[in-house]
Amino acid sequence: MLKTVKNSVKNDSNFIDVEKVRRDFPLLQNHYNGRPIAFLDNAATTQKPQVVLDKLNEFYTQYNANVHRAIYHIGEQATREYEDARKKVSDFINAPDPSTIIFTRGATEAINLVAYSWGRHNLSPGDEILITEMEHHSNIIPWQLAVKDTGATLRYIPLHLPVDGTLDLQSLEVNLTNRTKLVAIVHQSNVFGTINPVKKIIKAAQSVGALVLLDSAQSVPHSKVDVQALDCDFLVFSGHKMMGPSGVGVLYAKETLLNSMEPFMGGGEMISTVSMEYSTWNDIPWKFEAGTPNIAQAIGLGAAVDYLNELNMESIHAHENELMDYASDMLKNTPRVILYGNGSKRGAIISFNVEGIHPHDLAQILDQDGIAVRAGHHCAQPIMKRLNVPATTRASFYVYNTKDEIDRLCEGIEKAINLLC
Amino acid sequence: MYDIRELYQQLIIDHSKNPKNFTVLKDANRSANGDNPLCGDKVTIYLKLEDDVIQDISFQGSGCAISKASTSIMTTSLKGKTVEEFQTFFDIFHQMVTTGKTDSIVLGKLAVLSGVHQYPVRVKCATLAWHTVKNALEDGIRKIATTE
Ligand SMILES: Cc1ncc(COP(=O)(O)O)c(C=O)c1O
Repeated sequence: MLKTVKNSVKNDSNFIDVEKVRRDFPLLQNHYNGRPIAFLDNAATTQKPQVVLDKLNEFYTQYNANVHRAIYHIGEQATREYEDARKKVSDFINAPDPSTIIFTRGATEAINLVAYSWGRHNLSPGDEILITEMEHHSNIIPWQLAVKDTGATLRYIPLHLPVDGTLDLQSLEVNLTNRTKLVAIVHQSNVFGTINPVKKIIKAAQSVGALVLLDSAQSVPHSKVDVQALDCDFLVFSGHKMMGPSGVGVLYAKETLLNSMEPFMGGGEMISTVSMEYSTWNDIPWKFEAGTPNIAQAIGLGAAVDYLNELNMESIHAHENELMDYASDMLKNTPRVILYGNGSKRGAIISFNVEGIHPHDLAQILDQDGIAVRAGHHCAQPIMKRLNVPATTRASFYVYNTKDEIDRLCEGIEKAINLLC
Repeated sequence: MYDIRELYQQLIIDHSKNPKNFTVLKDANRSANGDNPLCGDKVTIYLKLEDDVIQDISFQGSGCAISKASTSIMTTSLKGKTVEEFQTFFDIFHQMVTTGKTDSIVLGKLAVLSGVHQYPVRVKCATLAWHTVKNALEDGIRKIATTE
């Protein structure tokens, strides 16, 4: 009896009418080779709902002007919309104040901003940065460059062996010392889908006085993320992975850090006064937004946030969990499929290989049936090395995906086996 | 509607499953490694070159069906060819996989790879081994990466 009640409550708050959602996405109405497009590469980027496309159109047709400068009314409207978008993003991740939200070009630029503006001024020989073997290249290379410039040392938390898609957290304790200045870690793996126990890691880092950067490129689009509850120092994500336009991303950082950090790029907008000899910086967040920003994209991201809120992040997460359970079961029962990663907490990303078929051949054959998956190293070559494979195939889901598309994926795999094996 | 079988023709599948000359050549006097970092394809070419004639050729490595088949068929086509003939083959093959223009009289079995030109991202799969042979002939031993 209790169970029934629980279920019905759950159903009410979690209901996603996926067919209705799909109608909001013009691209998903297209066909390829006579089949509807099954877009299963959402970890790479996501499709855009009509409201986001309309918002971009609205900006360009009604109030296209530069921000923070114009006296005329469309300039004021552009500024208002741009700053409204910042407020929406700020609320979305429960940031304490919109001034802690910096618009960047994407997660990559946000990490680089931290590596330059914080890293270059706070690291010296003897200091250590701790990352993991699970990182996207965008959370490896900026730190490799930073330690090269500063003489600091880069250390890695290894993957748990044999590889199950989780981190070896015992080694966290060994690697985390008072030399550690920053722990930069992926919130949700773009290869395994693993959701790392970041709260625990943040606590551990704080106990040795290290700062924590979360690469939340794969988590913010799919679940409720609360920066104050997490108490992370930096958090980054990309707009295009959450239904927003490409070319906009976000750096959240604690206010005290942003105030003490040097600017990233120099130019217009980020200054307060400029003389021939020296300049003073604008307040945050503008101190970090040199030049004309990505106005349309940021406003578009604001519209994406509205859309996600309307669907409800918990409902999105529940829908994706259901898809993920279904995909795991279906793929487990598909011949020759080897699944990678079985962490207990996972987002809707599944990496696999089909014995005897190279991922590129598989992706090519699936493409013929209108199924878009990713084949490659997913910008995570250290993981491929640990898995001892050149590449994997990856299917990643979003709220608009269906079980029918997963069925098509499995049929496509069997088709590839028949063709190539 | 295109048919994927135009790309994965039976001959390609056969060669990818049972590649020819897939071995280390004991008396090779030239060799080179080819690497396609984007796909993770790797190939090592072994050559026995005498008086500008490819007396023997073999390969090792891993890759997709297209790259394996292309390498395998290439090795069967190059045995007994002069370095100059290789250069002609290289140019005609390269033209075929990039434009679809086929000279099947010269290319013979290699013409089976003409479907590749429909898939620009796969061109590098088909040409990796060719670039590697070119390198083995020019430099003997050097690691190369295709740029296509
Ligand atoms: C985990 C993770 N971090 C960072 C990035 C980089 O995002 P962007 O290329 O949008 O800057 C990605 C994108 O694939 C990602 O999956």
